[in-house]
Amino acid sequence: MAKPVYINGMGTVTAQGTHDPERLFGGPVLYDADAWHAIAPDYSKIIPGSEARRLSTGMKMSIAATKAAMEQAGVERVDAVITGTGMGCIRDSEKFLRAILDNDEQFLTPTPFIQSTHNSVAGHLARMLACTGYNFTYVHGSNSFASSVIDGRMQLRNGDAEVVLIGGVDELGDHSTELHRRNGHIKGKSVPSAGLLVSTTSGALFGEGAGFFVLGTVKGPATHAELLAVKAWHKTGAEGIEQHVLDFLRENGLSPGDVDAVVLGRNGDGDHDGYYNKLDQGLFKQHTQLAYKHRTGEFHTVPTFAMYLAARVLERGAVPPAYLLKNPPSGTIRTILQYDQYRSVDHNLTLLRKC
Amino acid sequence: MTKGVAVTGMGIISAIGADVPGNLAALREGRSGIGPITRLPTHLAGTVQVGGIALSDEDLADLLGHPSEGPHTRTSLLGSVAAEEALRQAGLMSVDRQNLGLITATTVGGMDVTEKYFYEYLTSDEHLASIDTLHAGHTGQMIADHLGIANGFVTTISTACSSASNAIMLGARMIKAGMMDRVLVGGVDCLSKFTLNGFNTLMILSASRNRPFSEDRDGLNLGEAAAYLVLESDASVKARNATPIAYVAGYSNANDAHHQTASSENGDGATAAMLGALRTAGLSPSDIDHINAHGTATPNNDLSEGRAFKRVFGERVPPFTSTKPYTGHTLAAAGAVEAVFSILAMQQQVVFPTLNFTGGMSEFDLRPITKLTDMPLTSVLSNSLGFGGNCSSLILVKA
Repeated sequence: MAKPVYINGMGTVTAQGTHDPERLFGGPVLYDADAWHAIAPDYSKIIPGSEARRLSTGMKMSIAATKAAMEQAGVERVDAVITGTGMGCIRDSEKFLRAILDNDEQFLTPTPFIQSTHNSVAGHLARMLACTGYNFTYVHGSNSFASSVIDGRMQLRNGDAEVVLIGGVDELGDHSTELHRRNGHIKGKSVPSAGLLVSTTSGALFGEGAGFFVLGTVKGPATHAELLAVKAWHKTGAEGIEQHVLDFLRENGLSPGDVDAVVLGRNGDGDHDGYYNKLDQGLFKQHTQLAYKHRTGEFHTVPTFAMYLAARVLERGAVPPAYLLKNPPSGTIRTILQYDQYRSVDHNLTLLRKC
Repeated sequence: MTKGVAVTGMGIISAIGADVPGNLAALREGRSGIGPITRLPTHLAGTVQVGGIALSDEDLADLLGHPSEGPHTRTSLLGSVAAEEALRQAGLMSVDRQNLGLITATTVGGMDVTEKYFYEYLTSDEHLASIDTLHAGHTGQMIADHLGIANGFVTTISTACSSASNAIMLGARMIKAGMMDRVLVGGVDCLSKFTLNGFNTLMILSASRNRPFSEDRDGLNLGEAAAYLVLESDASVKARNATPIAYVAGYSNANDAHHQTASSENGDGATAAMLGALRTAGLSPSDIDHINAHGTATPNNDLSEGRAFKRVFGERVPPFTSTKPYTGHTLAAAGAVEAVFSILAMQQQVVFPTLNFTGGMSEFDLRPITKLTDMPLTSVLSNSLGFGGNCSSLILVKA
């Protein structure tokens, strides 16, 4: 029989300052802009000074989240490092591309090129942790993190590894953010974060962040939840989403009645929130519903935060008010379903259970 | 030994041919695809050579007949061409492909388009739709759309030069774990100014043509390519009476944990990857008949990889070749390109020659095969070693 998989440690860096675990249950940070930078932890306490100056934002967020997750899990080594990133170290990519275009391919230096490589974060973490094992990086849009969850879980269940580090990271780049304003992926008309989820206009509000998790087959000193199942697929119409959810639950021996709360990836994009509306009006009408993108902003690896939020809810037995969308819980929350898609592609479902 | 996961189809487009027969002919004839840069507006055009594909983006779209809606990039077109050939060979183009899996790989995705419109996007509305191509997952999304994939698992791996080997590895693992029945695995990269200039700043581009495992080797040539394999579960093979063309028997990924862009001096990661692949295949070093080396012809890679050969195989290193002189280093596609070449070698029972060899390295007595050589081949090991210390080995066995 396949081994159970536990979330034994977690670390995040987000626009809500959740590197401080107490922040989740406090009042939210409200934004009035269309792209929100992560609130940085004090990196000088986490990364040696000279090194911190050289590293990109995405790298620093990843290191901070990794160290927090490993400290919680009480481990100093992992058997595998599996990361996800939608845009990679986009600031270095922009920097190198600007240098090529602005100076007509002259006077280039290798550092931004080296750092722009999508697996530079996973490679750095391997060196930092002296991990010579399996090292993968997924770059598939909003299924980047789900892919790393699928892979990490498979490693553990097959006995290929006992402890794995999985995670996701995306940073905001000035130029690419501007381009996403130009193509309307970012809302044209500003919406305060407080009202985002009732917005029906096109586009989302952007954010950045990192979330890293230590998964293991044995419970640790701070086990947050059990990772029951995960699934990711390419594309489906909104009319088909309920069937996907029902199939996923059935494959895991569950029905909607067994789910106590759902975490939905709503982002206030009227063109693409139909999937969540369908579930809200149908299968999960009476369920406790949580949302998070009005707090973190949208980025490819923001499902890392959904996992963090769900695991914290299971552990604490309470929903942080800033993330409750409707139907406060009436009893113990034992099972949480997470669902996310971005712009109608890259769908993913995750099931977490209370330990 | 385990039989492994069945390969039932393969497809490729590279500098030496737009399909499998074209690539095979060039390999047999010892015909290189390396030449001057013709397609990219770059100052490097006069100084470095590449493994470019002669077909234009329009030609590629014509080959596809009806590419998906787009926006396409050269990368997504190349990927669609090779993926379609693999499915056709597997006999899967005429069946429903909604549930097919796709595990692709790329380093820079649609960078060809991004570097063209980077500033234009700010001032003109003409190509705004192409902003979608900024993220690396776009290529896989376009290939999936082109093939009509919907409910299938689709993902993209980016681990630099070992990306496609890792895509093949993940597909094999997922099939073994019972998570999928049929999956396309492979990778694609096109040439871009971004990558050419990046490798140029690292000073690892050859001033002429790459010469793997030669004492006077002076770096690599970049290339563009796409290659995919169809992997199938035993149940799926049986159910539709498919004919495997090879098996993925062994695979392993290990990390040097040494340096972001250089391999460790003694090839620790490569050694671990080869030993791991032998372990998953249940084979011993003496079972390997041939190695398709990573062999980029950078001073660092060939020394590190050669030392790793010695560590794994001792004094009995199997006949090895590097096919980089044919295609150039095709980065995220390389692992799949060389998996296709390894399967062709087994089908033909022949080792393809390493071109441009000028004389052996002083550090060891390892010499690549330099003539087309008939040889019984049952198991071939293929290496892909990348930035971030990412080392992968695959073992393919004859069907």
